[in-house]
Amino acid sequence: MSEHDHASVDGLAVDHHFENADQQYQSAKLGMWIFLATEILFFGGLIVAYTVYRANHPEVFVFGHHFLDKNLGALNTVILICSSLTAAWAVRAAQLKQIGMLKLMILLTMLCAFGFLGVKGVEYHSKWKHGLLWAGSYHPHEEHEGSAVRENAEGVGEEAAATSAAVKQMEAAPPTAPAGPDRSAIPPAAEGPAGLAEPVVEPVDEHGFAAEPANAQIYFSIYFLLTGLHGIHVLGGIGAFAWLLMCAYRGFFDSGHFTRVDMVALYWHLVDLIWIYLFLLLYLID
Amino acid sequence: MTEIHLAQLLFARTALAPDPADGSFWMPPQVSTIAHSVDWLFNFILAISVFFFVLIVVVMVVFVLKYRRREGQTAESSPSHNTALEVTWTVIPVLLVIVIFFFGFKGFLDMATPPANAYEIMVEGQKWKWSFTYPNGYVDENLHVPVDRPIQLVMSSADVIHSLYVPAFRIKMDVVPGRYSKAWFEATQPGEYDLFCAEYCGTGHSTMLAHVVVHPPGEFETWLDKASDFLATMSPVDAGRKLFQARGCTQCHSMDGSAKTGPTLLNVFGRREKLSNGTTITVDENYIRESILEPAAQVVAGFEPVMPTFQGRLKDQEIMAIIAYLKAPAEASKGSSS
Amino acid sequence: MAEAISAPGGGAGVDHTASDDNYLTHGKGILSWLFTLDHKRIGVMYLVAILSSFFLGGVFALVLRTELLTPGQTIITADSYNKMFTLHGAVMIFLFIIPGIPATLGNFVLPLMLGAKDVALPRLNLASFWLWLTGATVAVASIIIGAVDTGWTFYTPYSTTTGTAVIPMTLGVFILGFSSIFTGLNFIVTIHKMRPEGMTWFRMPLFLWGIYATAIIQVLATPVLGITLLLLVAERTLGVGIFDPALGGDPILYQHFFWFYSHPAVYIMILPAMAIMSELVSVFSGKHIFGYKFIAWSSIAIALLSFLVWGHHMFTSGQSGLTNMIFSALTFSVAIPSAVKVFNWLATMYKGSIRLAAPMLYALSFLFLFAIGGLTGLFLGSLATDIHLHDTYFVVAHFHYVMFGGTVIAFLGGIHYWWPKMFGRMYSERWAQLSALLIFVGFNLTFFTQFVMGSHGMPRRYYNYLERFTAYHQASTVGSYILALGFFVMAGYLLHSLVAGERAPANPWGGATLEWETSSPPPYYNFKHDLRAGDPYDLDALRWDPEIKGYVRKDPGSVLLSPGEAS
Repeated sequence: MSEHDHASVDGLAVDHHFENADQQYQSAKLGMWIFLATEILFFGGLIVAYTVYRANHPEVFVFGHHFLDKNLGALNTVILICSSLTAAWAVRAAQLKQIGMLKLMILLTMLCAFGFLGVKGVEYHSKWKHGLLWAGSYHPHEEHEGSAVRENAEGVGEEAAATSAAVKQMEAAPPTAPAGPDRSAIPPAAEGPAGLAEPVVEPVDEHGFAAEPANAQIYFSIYFLLTGLHGIHVLGGIGAFAWLLMCAYRGFFDSGHFTRVDMVALYWHLVDLIWIYLFLLLYLID
Repeated sequence: MTEIHLAQLLFARTALAPDPADGSFWMPPQVSTIAHSVDWLFNFILAISVFFFVLIVVVMVVFVLKYRRREGQTAESSPSHNTALEVTWTVIPVLLVIVIFFFGFKGFLDMATPPANAYEIMVEGQKWKWSFTYPNGYVDENLHVPVDRPIQLVMSSADVIHSLYVPAFRIKMDVVPGRYSKAWFEATQPGEYDLFCAEYCGTGHSTMLAHVVVHPPGEFETWLDKASDFLATMSPVDAGRKLFQARGCTQCHSMDGSAKTGPTLLNVFGRREKLSNGTTITVDENYIRESILEPAAQVVAGFEPVMPTFQGRLKDQEIMAIIAYLKAPAEASKGSSS
Repeated sequence: MAEAISAPGGGAGVDHTASDDNYLTHGKGILSWLFTLDHKRIGVMYLVAILSSFFLGGVFALVLRTELLTPGQTIITADSYNKMFTLHGAVMIFLFIIPGIPATLGNFVLPLMLGAKDVALPRLNLASFWLWLTGATVAVASIIIGAVDTGWTFYTPYSTTTGTAVIPMTLGVFILGFSSIFTGLNFIVTIHKMRPEGMTWFRMPLFLWGIYATAIIQVLATPVLGITLLLLVAERTLGVGIFDPALGGDPILYQHFFWFYSHPAVYIMILPAMAIMSELVSVFSGKHIFGYKFIAWSSIAIALLSFLVWGHHMFTSGQSGLTNMIFSALTFSVAIPSAVKVFNWLATMYKGSIRLAAPMLYALSFLFLFAIGGLTGLFLGSLATDIHLHDTYFVVAHFHYVMFGGTVIAFLGGIHYWWPKMFGRMYSERWAQLSALLIFVGFNLTFFTQFVMGSHGMPRRYYNYLERFTAYHQASTVGSYILALGFFVMAGYLLHSLVAGERAPANPWGGATLEWETSSPPPYYNFKHDLRAGDPYDLDALRWDPEIKGYVRKDPGSVLLSPGEAS
């Protein structure tokens, strides 16, 4: 069927089934907001799981969050906020037909996104090294003999139970205060670039670090589910921005058609917002 | 409150069950203290439903006949909106559902509140067998209870979610792994009643049946004493057979030679079995004991390591009885072969 | 841009002659269909796909009912039976009834009712269809690699520990969920942004109110199903432990997540059906719908209230008494709007001029069957009785009365109503009446017996059953065969109409909504002229024209947008 373009005043191409450019833009915008609502509900399910578990077992979350590096989390938050700025700037550039600036802003946004994933990669790697993974693969590595870490809840596979109860050789890690009867020997903070990781443990109570509570692995399950799902959305965003870059190079935005930049930027702002909530819920528990 | 009692009386007269003990068109016999009120509510809702259903269908049929299109005739004009009518036919259903809700909630509260002196029986559901543990530690595959005495069931599952359902008592409660759930009842008539699993749990869901045996006054204690003593009163082989059936072994191990989830145990004693780790062993007392307590340790080749452990669930004497039962055909055949 | 008003035949505006160049013939070849952006073609493709799914789910049902002819094994083993009822449920719900009316009739009719050329986002519409195909393929593929035996509800821990193909099936359903979300999204945007001149919210046909309310649920509830299924997959592959008590998880949490979607989902099923009912009852009574505003508001109320009642599927799960009480009370609240709609439809028939054409036969069947379905919901919403009836055949009968006796019957009514518009052909009334009768009788015989079985304690999902339930099961199975026969008859006369049916006029039934203002079938561009909307139920504005054997407007200019009015 032949495209019947209504070229209107500002040069925007209008699809044949729309009456005018405004209807087309409004439709795209409403559609994107509804999509964002579905994303909120999607993550909402995990947030509900978090809420239920934290309400019933607050000690698990207090314990678990010590293994997250607040500085890296804060860095990632700043990175994403900057990327939201560059994304918004990209929309403005497209509106003003500043194609060069548009391309630059898209690239910077993607750079920030990669940076975010890089930092997350560092954090994940550290967790993996210390066996602090989701429940089915949770094998925390202790530091040395005489650890006071309590056995995991029974029922975790034979291997996991043996691991947590037995003494294991610990791979190289920043030295921490010696383990005591009520102090966990697991190094609390992620290893990161020198100067960013916190080598000293922040005591939770006057006795120092509380002993590992039962079912501590649930915290890490929720951590990986939330940040993993978020990471997949960041990847999706990178793909969308790459598409926009391609469109920019093909001259698609030369006439001032900025709608798709606007839509992708909206999506990106939500990804940013969700991260801020994750930072608050997972990293800043006390 | 008197209006409610009056209403209950009126509906009791018109209830569809002439004799509660026989059951009715809709319901099984009423054999527990709450069955009567559940049936009453059912009939109350039924009466309301029948009334509205008949009303709707009759109106519909009358309108179709009366206002059928005829040649040259068009629809009479009539208002497409009538606030008084619309409010009325909204408010009346609202009041009716409030009443239904109230009785439903009240009945539920009775079902959820066991009396203080209830006799406690532990229940375990597993794929695909029920086991009932009496206060003296005896475990049976059926639920025996005394008549006219409140019974509290404390239930848990060994694997997936099951649900204990006794239609004659009108009780049902899900049986969940990792937590305890409770249900209570008081049986009012001696007899034997069906107990079903009411939450889908796999292959044997529809065969996960048990009987509820309600004993006449004085007979329950006699039964319990006799049954508990089975290790002393029965031969080891008979006791072992009883355990083999009651404790769920038959769900996965046949005694007719056919392989199910687990290998058949017909003539298993003395058999040479190839294990999943490649070695071959001869089935002896030790292997049987190990299979019961640490089933994943040495699994027969070709079978999945899915057998649950009975550590803590079978006493030593009971394990010995099972071993005796499994040995029995082998010993008999040993004696007869030359 | 409005064109000058003139057309052959004297009747201004509407082209009554069925054109040989319509949306079906415009563009040839399979690629022109698979890559089409035309909502009408997408609707027809969905219709074929979804009715095929109904056939597949129906075959599974017949196998189940045949197995249940005798208590023990009849034709299949217990494991096969368990897979069969799981597949029957999953296929019927996720492949057939959830996309159901919105994807087929909604896609076809919505833009036409708005006098528009297409939905707001046609590419997204095509994407929805491809997602449906993909999800359905993955789900059906799971059948080939061993199928699933968890029941369509996938309760944990059974679903996280069983050896069957849970992951492909859940991934298939996950993809289908996106199809549903995008369809709903598209409809919301279209209704908000593309209503014609004169169509304020309360001048919109009630079919659109129903589709709109459905779309709200699709968009808000389906993502929760998505995350639930992802968690199930994560549990099975990684062992995240969220539903596994051995790892610190809670299996009941799964039920809350699952039903948070699946209860609103049943309103995704029934709201479009009720939407169709408003159109059918009005047109075939020759009268303005009674209580328009209430019906419109009640659709939105049902959509919103539907999110508050999921716990009534879990009264025996062990949740607290307070929780049970709250959910029971809210459940009754959502019953009221549905009941009042029934009264509104009956009032529409009062002093009408009723024609018993096939669509109306289905509308009347709906009133009968939905009344039973809805009223039996009262037994289940009430706590004391639900404890006894939960997980028995009473529940099975209840939901088949509302989903089949409600949604499917209304769907059939809608298909028969819009068939002439979609394909330009009339079907045989005689055969349609026979089919409707067979379906009505077969359905009641199949499912009414199940109420009695259930209240007597017959649990659901049972391969084996006690002797005393045999008569009920056998009666039910006989009913299912009669039901199947009715559908075969229907397939016969509908397919026959495509090749040999009488050509349909633009408006065979006398509807006043805008889809009747174009030819049957419509041209690919939908309308020759820009339209303005009047009262969608002003049926007096139409008169029968024996020359074309259809209805025409007494004042054709009334729906045309005059040049000065272009927005």
